Amino acid sequence: MNNIDLKKARAVTGAEAVANAMRQIEPHVVAAYPITPQTPIVEYFAKFVSDGVVRTEMIPVESEHSAMSAVVGAAATGARAMTATSANGLALMHEVVYIAASSRLPIVMPVVNRALSGPINIHCDHSDAMAERDSGWVQFYAESNQEAYDLTILSLKLAEDESVRLPVMVSLDGFILSHGVEPVEFLPDEVVKEFIGEPKMIYPLLDTEHPVTYGPLDLYDYYFEHKRQQVEAMENAKKVFPKVAEEFYKVSGRKYDFVEPYKLDDAEYVMVALGSTNSTIKYVVDWMREEGFKVGALKVWMFRPFPKAQIQKYLNGRKGVVVLDRSASFGAEAPLYEAVKSALYNVAIRPQMGSYVYGLGGRDILPEHIRKAFEDALSGNLIADEQRYLGLRE
Amino acid sequence: MKTKQLLKYLRIDRWPTVWCPGCGNGIILKAFLEAVDQLKLKKDRVAVVSGIGCSSRATGYLDFNTMHTLHGRAISFATGVKLARPEFKVIVMGGDGDLASIGGNHFIHACRRNIDLTVIVFNNMIYGMTGGQYSPTTPEEEMASTAPYGHIERPFDIAKLALSSGATYVARSTVYHYNLLVKYIKDAIEHRGISVVDVITNCHTYYGRYNGMPQPYQMMEYFKNNSVTIEKARDMSEEELEEKIVIGVFRREEGKPCYLDRYEEIRKKAMKGR
Ligand SMILES: Cc1ncc(C[n+]2csc(CCOP(=O)(O)OP(=O)(O)O)c2C)c(N)n1
Ligand code: SF4
Ligand SMILES: [Mg+2]
Repeated sequence: MNNIDLKKARAVTGAEAVANAMRQIEPHVVAAYPITPQTPIVEYFAKFVSDGVVRTEMIPVESEHSAMSAVVGAAATGARAMTATSANGLALMHEVVYIAASSRLPIVMPVVNRALSGPINIHCDHSDAMAERDSGWVQFYAESNQEAYDLTILSLKLAEDESVRLPVMVSLDGFILSHGVEPVEFLPDEVVKEFIGEPKMIYPLLDTEHPVTYGPLDLYDYYFEHKRQQVEAMENAKKVFPKVAEEFYKVSGRKYDFVEPYKLDDAEYVMVALGSTNSTIKYVVDWMREEGFKVGALKVWMFRPFPKAQIQKYLNGRKGVVVLDRSASFGAEAPLYEAVKSALYNVAIRPQMGSYVYGLGGRDILPEHIRKAFEDALSGNLIADEQRYLGLRE
Repeated sequence: MKTKQLLKYLRIDRWPTVWCPGCGNGIILKAFLEAVDQLKLKKDRVAVVSGIGCSSRATGYLDFNTMHTLHGRAISFATGVKLARPEFKVIVMGGDGDLASIGGNHFIHACRRNIDLTVIVFNNMIYGMTGGQYSPTTPEEEMASTAPYGHIERPFDIAKLALSSGATYVARSTVYHYNLLVKYIKDAIEHRGISVVDVITNCHTYYGRYNGMPQPYQMMEYFKNNSVTIEKARDMSEEELEEKIVIGVFRREEGKPCYLDRYEEIRKKAMKGR
C-alpha cells in the first residue's frame, strides 16, 4: 500500500476522489444515469460542470444504455468521454460495453461495485464487474479511495496508448469506498493535465477529410481477425502498463503494478483478493504474524488482462494459496480463484489451493473470517476442488 | 372508508414503509386498495408488478401476487404475467422515471398493443429514490439535483403520450384529489385493454425541497390550486394552461378489442377445422 502524507491529504469519500480525478481529466463529454452507489460521483461532477470548473458537456440521459451509447458516440469523434455506473446500470450497458471495446475506444469508466439483481440489493459485491470480465475492457480493482483516484487517472493514459486503445473499468467497492471517507492526496491539476497530455485522435469521425465508418458488418471474412487484434491489444496493455505506472510514480511518488505483494518474502501461506477487502487481509496478516505464522497477501490490482506471469512469480512454491472472491460463478469456480488456479497449473511447485466466496450483497467480512481461511491453509485443510464460504449461514 | 378495512390487503409485517413521512405514495396505495375493495376483487386473482424506485417499493407491502422487477421493465414482466394468466387483473406500478425514461419504450408499445394492463404512474416529476435527479416529467425551468440552475429539457405529458400511443383508457388525478383517484383506478382496472392513470404526487423531499415546497402540505396546496378539470381546460388558452395540471378522463374507449381478444381471434382462425 502506498503511504499517504496525511499533511497533504484531504479526507474525502471514494466518490469525491473519483469525481476529482474526472474533474482533472476534464473529459469533453460525460453522459450518465443515476444508480446507487455511483450517484455521488455524478453529483459531484455535475456540480463541477454547473460551477464552470470544467468545460465538459454533460448530459443526464434516460438510461445507462443511452449513457454508454452517447459516450461511445462521443469517443468515436475523438473526444474524451466518460461515464460511471454500478450493478444493473452496468448490466444494462452490456451490449454497448462490447461495442466500446471492439471499436477500440479509450473510454475510462469508474464502476462502483454493487451486487447484481435479483433480488435487488444495493450493497457491494463484484458480480457487476465480473459479468463484464470477457468484454474486452481492461479492469482494475481499487483497495482504497487513493487508489480509486490514482487508477482513474492512470487508466486514461493506458487506455489512450496507441498500441492499446482499449476502454478501462476502474472498480471501487460500493459504499465501502464510494461513501467511506479516507485521506486522499490529490495531484495538482497541472500535473494531471501534463501526465495525460492531449488526446491522440485515431480515426476520428469528425475528420471529414478522411471519412471512416465504425461498426460495419463484419462476417466470417474479417470478424475473427478483428477479435485477434483485441487479444493482441490486451497483451499490449500488459506491456504498456508498467511504463505508465512508472511515469505515474514519477509524478506522484505512488507505485502501481499488476499485483501488490504484502509480507510475502518468507510467507508460506498467501491470500489473494480484489478490492477493499485487502485492507482487512493485511490487518489479519499483521495479527497472525505477531503470533509467528508465516502468512502474506497478494492483492490483484489488474484483473483484465489477467497478470498470469506475476501470479506465477509470487505464488510458485508457497505451501498454500487461499483465494477470496466477492462474486460467484454459478456452476463453475469463482472468477478470481479460477484464474489464479489456472495460472498455477504450470508452475514448478504447485501450492495447495482453496476457494472462499464472501461478502455477496454486502455481507460483512470480518478479520475472524479471514483468519479462519488462513487457519484452514495452515492446518493443511485446503481442497482445490471445493468452494467454501465466509460469513454465510448454512 | 375506514383504513382498517384495507389492512387485509397489506403485508403489515413489512411496515413501516421506506417512504418519507407525508410521501404521496401512501395515498396512491390507499386509493388503489379502496378501488380493489370496491370491485371486490379476489386477492389471489390480482397481480401487481413494479419496477425500481420509491414508488415501486409498493409491491413489497401489497398482499397480492406481486413482483418487484427491474428499473424500467415492469410492463414487460407484466405482459408475460398477463399472457400466462389472462384471468388475472394485472396492475403495473412505477415512477415517472421507471415508466417514462428508462422504460419509456415498453410504455408506448404496451399502449399501442392495447394489452389488458392497468398502469398506475406515480408521477412525482423526479427520480426520488436516487436523490432528486430530473426525470422526463420534470417541468422546464424547475430545479433538480441535476438541474441546479433550472431544467432545460421539455417534459413528457404522460396522458398525451399514452393517448398518442393508442391507450384506450387514460386519466389523470393528483394525490390531493383522492376521491377522483379512487374512481379512476377503479375504472381503469375494470377497463378491458390498456389503462393508464397518471397520478401527480408529491416527492416533497426532493422535488418539493428543490422547488420551494419542502412540506407535504405545500405540495398538496399546489396540486389543489393548480389543477383544472379537463372540461374547464377545453375553454382555456394555452397560456392559461401553462403550469396547470389538467385532471380528468382523457379517453375511455370501451369495446375495442385488446391484444388478448385479437390473439384469441387469430388462434381460432389458425386452428380452424382442427
Ligand atoms: C438499470 C438501472 N439503472 C438505474 C437504477 C437506479 N435507480 C433506481 S430507482 C431510479 C429512479 C427512480 O425514479 P422514478 O422511477 O421516478 O421513481 P421514484 O423513486 O421517483 O418513485 C433509478 C435511477 C436501477 N435500479 N437500475
Ligand atoms: S424520496 Fe420522495 S418519492 Fe421517495 S419516499 Fe421520499 S418523498 Fe416519497
Ligand atoms: Mg419519480
